[in-house]
Amino acid sequence: MSILSLSAVELAAKIKAKEISVLEATQAVFEQIEKREGVLHCYVTLDKEGALATAEKVQKQIDAGELTGPLAGVPVAIKDNMCTKGLLTTCSSKILGNFIPTYTAKAVENLEKAGAIIIGKTNMDEFAMGSTTETSAFGVTKNPWKEEHVPGGSSGGSAAAVAAGECFLALGSDTGGSIRQPASFCGVVGMKPTYGTVSRYGLIAYGSSLDQIGPLTKDVTDCATIMEIIASYDGKDSTSVDRESELAKKAGNKFTDALVNDVKGMRIGIPRDYFGEGLDEEVKTSVLAAAEELKKKGAIVEEFDLSLVDYAIPAYYTIASAEASSNLERFDGIKYGYRTKEFDGLHNMYKKTRSEGFGPEVKRRIMLGSFVLSSGYYDAYYLKALRVKALIKKAFDEAFAKYDVILGPAAPTTAPKLGESLVDPIQMYLGDIYTISVNLAGLPGICLPCGIDSKGLPIGLQLIGDCFEEKKLIQTAYAYEQARGKFQTIVK
Amino acid sequence: MSKEYETVIGLEVHVELATKTKIFCGCSTAFGGAPNTHTCPVCTGMPGSLPVLNKQVLEYAMSVGLATNCQISQYSKFDRKNYFYPDNPQNYQISQLYLPICHDGSVEIETEAGKKSVGIHEIHMEEDAGKLIHDDWEDCTLVDYNRSGVPLIEIVSEPDMRSAEEVIAYLEKLRLIIQYLGASDCKLQEGSMRADVNLSIREVGVAEFGTRTEMKNLNSFKAIARAIEGERIRQIDLLESGEKVIQETRRWDDSKEYSYAMRSKEDAQDYRYFPDPDLAPIVVSDAWLNEIKAREPEFRTEKMLRYKEEFGIPDYDIDILTNTKHMADLFEETVALGSDPKKASNWLMGETMRLLKEKNMDPEDICFSPENLVKLIKLTDSKVINSTVAKEVFGELFEKDIDPEKYVEEKGLKTVNDEGALRKTIEEVIANNPKSVEDYHNGKVKAIGALVGQTMKATQGKVDPAMVNQILKELL
Repeated sequence: MSILSLSAVELAAKIKAKEISVLEATQAVFEQIEKREGVLHCYVTLDKEGALATAEKVQKQIDAGELTGPLAGVPVAIKDNMCTKGLLTTCSSKILGNFIPTYTAKAVENLEKAGAIIIGKTNMDEFAMGSTTETSAFGVTKNPWKEEHVPGGSSGGSAAAVAAGECFLALGSDTGGSIRQPASFCGVVGMKPTYGTVSRYGLIAYGSSLDQIGPLTKDVTDCATIMEIIASYDGKDSTSVDRESELAKKAGNKFTDALVNDVKGMRIGIPRDYFGEGLDEEVKTSVLAAAEELKKKGAIVEEFDLSLVDYAIPAYYTIASAEASSNLERFDGIKYGYRTKEFDGLHNMYKKTRSEGFGPEVKRRIMLGSFVLSSGYYDAYYLKALRVKALIKKAFDEAFAKYDVILGPAAPTTAPKLGESLVDPIQMYLGDIYTISVNLAGLPGICLPCGIDSKGLPIGLQLIGDCFEEKKLIQTAYAYEQARGKFQTIVK
Repeated sequence: MSKEYETVIGLEVHVELATKTKIFCGCSTAFGGAPNTHTCPVCTGMPGSLPVLNKQVLEYAMSVGLATNCQISQYSKFDRKNYFYPDNPQNYQISQLYLPICHDGSVEIETEAGKKSVGIHEIHMEEDAGKLIHDDWEDCTLVDYNRSGVPLIEIVSEPDMRSAEEVIAYLEKLRLIIQYLGASDCKLQEGSMRADVNLSIREVGVAEFGTRTEMKNLNSFKAIARAIEGERIRQIDLLESGEKVIQETRRWDDSKEYSYAMRSKEDAQDYRYFPDPDLAPIVVSDAWLNEIKAREPEFRTEKMLRYKEEFGIPDYDIDILTNTKHMADLFEETVALGSDPKKASNWLMGETMRLLKEKNMDPEDICFSPENLVKLIKLTDSKVINSTVAKEVFGELFEKDIDPEKYVEEKGLKTVNDEGALRKTIEEVIANNPKSVEDYHNGKVKAIGALVGQTMKATQGKVDPAMVNQILKELL
């Protein structure tokens, strides 16, 4: 219990000081998993054997002084849409139910090099399509705060695992809010970095132009620390950004340098559009209270009109679905993954494999995406959505001319009950309203807990920054965290 | 035929670029290799893999565009062409539809009808697919992704050609330009250059185009010429009998000299093209474009002028030597190694061309080295071997690129320069052939030929025929 109450950075420090061994830390996590996993189901695959072997190896490297990083020896969980060589990678889909990658994703490789212990692959919405982790082909994940509620999604397994002490930190991916929204629902810190900051090589694509890997952590310090490890320029990803380049250098990538308890003069904008109809009163009160807290610490807080917010959801579902319809074509039963048992010829094999292999939400988005790319509709839907995307970016550019950080909620409500969301997909899509624009504009966003509602569920505060300005987000989030004090833990 | 018709032809030419690695990954493009050995997560469509453009592909595409007078798109993009087929590992091909790298170019061709410009609509870059192999024994199909991701450019012409002759001239011109650039070897038989023919018929004087068909599977210039003629007649027959030409893709069977419909426009797929979000737009700076321009090699016209000035060889020779890059390179290297230009030229346009024709080979298939050709030329210059022996040695050189010096040594083919011994042999030949000697004395001058022949036979050809002639005349 005492080990599990530590943050990742605290744990690594104790490992370095030889107060805790890597093996002890890893075993503590697996004990907790044994205790809670039966109910919560955060993981699709656990690799106890591999983790324990790595723990011994890493311990030796730490002892030999070869591994000195701030996360050496820390057990981490990886969302199941990142390739891990030799370890099942399913995207929580039947179609990849037996897929074992031949290579490891760049972000995961960076963590391995830093001495992190990979303990397993976390549950998610199938191919990251969903906001509750209920579209997983391998069962739902439950919210550690209240088990009849969803953990959010699509990185629900990663968020729940961090919240429940089933790992110290986790990687998620965020295409329309898939890190920030589950972070909000599970009371942990989640960051979606600027598009291009973390290599997508090895991340099984959903919406390529929007996907970005990021961390889910216990606090802002852990978040900044892991960001320095996973952010890297990668020649294997054409959309990877060299953060040492002129374009990005001014903002910097020494994220931990921003762990400063000071927001004096920080200009914070609150978009009125984010506090209108549909926002839960308790969420609203809590988020505005957080803004007040920052104001007290010397930040300049004012309201403004962001505009175009209503157009973000249709534009997002058009672009993401279009890209997904093409990205998911490779799952055809030919080369890897699921293949239907009986079939009559090639096209029948394709049809049956994909009909049986994909779940309903994935099929819905493939159909939607195929439709908007069809000849005759391409201009009216896809190109128009790209134009909306450009306008949204422009609206943010104008906002960031005035503000350092935009503050708002991460989701309109706290975690809904299991089964509530799937009844009405449109309602579920509308839940992404505060997170989606950030992906369309390629911006960084962070979510951290700012309160607990009357049902006993955590409320998340979202901060949005301009491209490459993660440090401003970290600084603001850290300052708020200091004012707020240590957040209630639900590690049972 | 009551009406006069005009044939309208446009070509889509695919050229495999001569890069060492594939278009979007670092795998080798080498031909052959055990199935799926030149592959990686990218070119086998593994989940999570991402493409990264090979810069050399872009530079080759731009160089071909510049050499064909195209506009270069300094802002260009890749698009995904979506269709399901097992040879296509991602089930989309990365190609260019909306903003191809080159557009609006032209090449000048020359036929018996005179000079003419053929417009180039666009040139775009794309990836090749893998290869399906059907195993009849197991009744299953296997796929080899070694070719998957091999870089191609597609050169789309305007419908500016009117005859098979113009089509062949256009293809030969393209091939020459691309070979000179070193961007591809352009071998039709091996598929590194493939042409699809779009053809329609219209009455002479009519402005609108007729309905076109697209012909595929054309593996040689001859097949292309036959397919054009076949399709021209087929379409005219349809029109003459009051039927309509259907817009469709047809496959040419050269052995049957007949084409059959593969698919019509009605069942054409919707490829749902859209810009590939995994690849950043390609931005070509002025400086880069100028650099590519500056690297442009000497093309045929310039080369022809230089050969005339520098080597002083006849126009006829120059025409043959510069007709392929490989031949021109071989010639220049041979001269650079010390050969007399005319002598090098003689071997290349004489014996070499004769053997190529005899063996049905392309000049690109020549395997002998300039070093060995120079050795052979020097052996004849210094009269170590005579011209008959030289031809025999050349035959070996052509086949196996042997070292002529070693070969002559080993086979004992050196010319015998011992005049005394030769005189003795000739005396014997005269003694043994009284009939020929008599004929000669009776005025049949040609009879001396038989005696020369006998002497050459007796000496196994290792003597100089001129010397034999001279001694014979003396003795007779």
